[in-house]
Amino acid sequence: MKRIDHAEGSSTFIKAKDHIDFHDKRLWDLRKKRDRESEAMPEWEELRSLASAIKEHTLTHLADYLEEFERNATKNGATVHWARDAAEHNAIVHTILESKSARTLVKSKSMLTDECDMRRFLEQRGIKVIETDLGERIQQLDDEPPSHIVLPAVHKLRTDVARVFADTLGTDPANHDVHYLAESQRMTTRPDFLTADAGMTGANFAVAETGSVVVCTNEGNADLSVHLPKLYIASIGIEKMLPRIEHLGVFIRMLSRSALGSPITQLTSHFRAPRPGTEMHIVLVDNGRAERLGMEDFWYSLKCIRCGACMNTCPVYRRSGGLSYGATYSGPIGVIIDPTFNLRKYSALPFASTLNGSCTSVCPVKINIHEQIYKWREVIALRNQLPMAKREAMRMAGKVLASPRLYRAAAGAAGTGVEHLPRFMMYSRLNAWGKQREVPKAPPATFRQWYLANRPKKGKGPR
Amino acid sequence: MRVALFIPCYVDAFFPEVGIATLELLERFGLDVTYPLDQTCCGQPMANSGCHADAAGAEKLFVKNFAGFDYIVGPSGSCVHHVRDHFIAIPQTPDVTAVRGRTFELVEFLHDIVKVKAFPWASFPHKVGLHNGCSTLRALREASTTEIVEPRFSKPMDLLSTVKHIEFVVPQRPDECCGFGGTFSVYEEPVSAKMGQDKVSDHARAGAEYIVSADMSCLMHQKGCAERLGLPVKFIHIAQILNGAHE
Repeated sequence: MKRIDHAEGSSTFIKAKDHIDFHDKRLWDLRKKRDRESEAMPEWEELRSLASAIKEHTLTHLADYLEEFERNATKNGATVHWARDAAEHNAIVHTILESKSARTLVKSKSMLTDECDMRRFLEQRGIKVIETDLGERIQQLDDEPPSHIVLPAVHKLRTDVARVFADTLGTDPANHDVHYLAESQRMTTRPDFLTADAGMTGANFAVAETGSVVVCTNEGNADLSVHLPKLYIASIGIEKMLPRIEHLGVFIRMLSRSALGSPITQLTSHFRAPRPGTEMHIVLVDNGRAERLGMEDFWYSLKCIRCGACMNTCPVYRRSGGLSYGATYSGPIGVIIDPTFNLRKYSALPFASTLNGSCTSVCPVKINIHEQIYKWREVIALRNQLPMAKREAMRMAGKVLASPRLYRAAAGAAGTGVEHLPRFMMYSRLNAWGKQREVPKAPPATFRQWYLANRPKKGKGPR
Repeated sequence: MRVALFIPCYVDAFFPEVGIATLELLERFGLDVTYPLDQTCCGQPMANSGCHADAAGAEKLFVKNFAGFDYIVGPSGSCVHHVRDHFIAIPQTPDVTAVRGRTFELVEFLHDIVKVKAFPWASFPHKVGLHNGCSTLRALREASTTEIVEPRFSKPMDLLSTVKHIEFVVPQRPDECCGFGGTFSVYEEPVSAKMGQDKVSDHARAGAEYIVSADMSCLMHQKGCAERLGLPVKFIHIAQILNGAHE
């Protein structure tokens, strides 16, 4: 499978100046709002530690909590299914829909169903799937994956949305007023809620103690998807488990503050049991999570509550757009999760980072994101997934820098400019440094040469 | 106190004036400073690319050069971070762990070890914007960050604010990474350059005549961006200001 070239993808995104500047500013504004919210809570860092500890406890006792959840959800009247991978998940959902002869499915946003590529699977089998989250709907209509886990269409300007809606919903292409566009979408989606055979949501949390599914939204679309049709299916990654309802508060207090800089989402819905005369199905999905849980350096990524704070703060993500990652999960969290799905395909992603560490600092569950990025680079090099030219450049640089003699020959060589750049900086993408930057000018003498001339009696070590 | 001067490869090759300022500054405090002549690089470029085996030679050489000193001081946060936290390609002998524990970035060395309170010779009558490199900020923790809810502190600011006639300007995004990132700067050139342009523009809008930093590699990248954009901002290492540079 072809390696995703993040640099190439970001280059396309950067060329659209209006888009990138808007994207960067929009997400940075969310980061600033997040700062204001967290600074207003003196216990913020304590909450982060608590959230991290609860998640680590749950993940290290995951089998027990999953079974407890299954028992309680079953007691509540829901039917619980277990899916080993994406294919099993899609087949289970399809079977449930078929059992009720359901032809239309309204769903709220779920990264898990994107991960499983469920929409395409169902559509190929004649089931109409309608995304009801505004951003996700825009992306569905434009036949693009979401570019952000909380704001699926954040890379689009309102003029882009006007174009998509004009092409697909028949709106006025010249009218890009946001209220007009949102209202147009609403008017086309409302009838679907009323007529759909089935509704679906993901989950932000699943509480073992109560067997309930907790969904946090701002648009109310999840509640309509659950309450109107006679069949409700919740797809839940197994890492979403929380032991007790009392633990939920820790996360609810931080989720929307981290994501959007708002104190709480408009709706925090607890779906516990089917209404009389309806069915509720819960699909618990592994799809690589159990394997990830066994990875000594990377299992912490399962603590993720999908708030997107790491994406909003990431200077690389803001300037490359989510689609440049070529994966379901983009930004810092994507960079450390994606390689577990396909190491070769996503082997360039851990290098789409300056290792600045801002992601780790904002993460509400204290995932050591940038340290995992660093570790992934080592894994990728060890498994021979580095591009040949880079591998070779590092081998050469390692040789030169291990030898005072070779190093001095390289650093003190005659000539100016590019010849002086260390080889590892120059090797691969032909003089990439100089495309948009001036190359540093070589001084008349290196520091070492100056030192020998000016501190002639020094220069011996203590041994 | 025997202090070894650690001059990173790119400072040696491109910015000897930063090495000179660091040496002279340390000597002003009566420290016995030696520059081990066989030093090259700490191994960071290879290790950050995942190639730890290729970094082992440089790391071994580093320990050979610097073992036995009381302190090892260098004017570069990311290199010090590599030595202290990522020297993992070689067996952890007593010499290796001693060298790792005794390596300091210049600002933290002056602030925490020498406990310098004043630089009477230093005067810098200019508006400066401070850039903290990400390793300096989030790994060495030389200053608080806007992301963490904690009391505000800044070691570089503690030192700089004692300089006569200096004025500070604050960009809108003081903690934002400038996009250098070592090999990131060439392998992810489009994003790296965009980040650098945004960073220097932010400082320029705030009215900075100079961008000052303890990380010359960030400045090398930012300077390249500013020159290409034609921005009138100038760049100077913190050691130069503290050592009494005027221009």
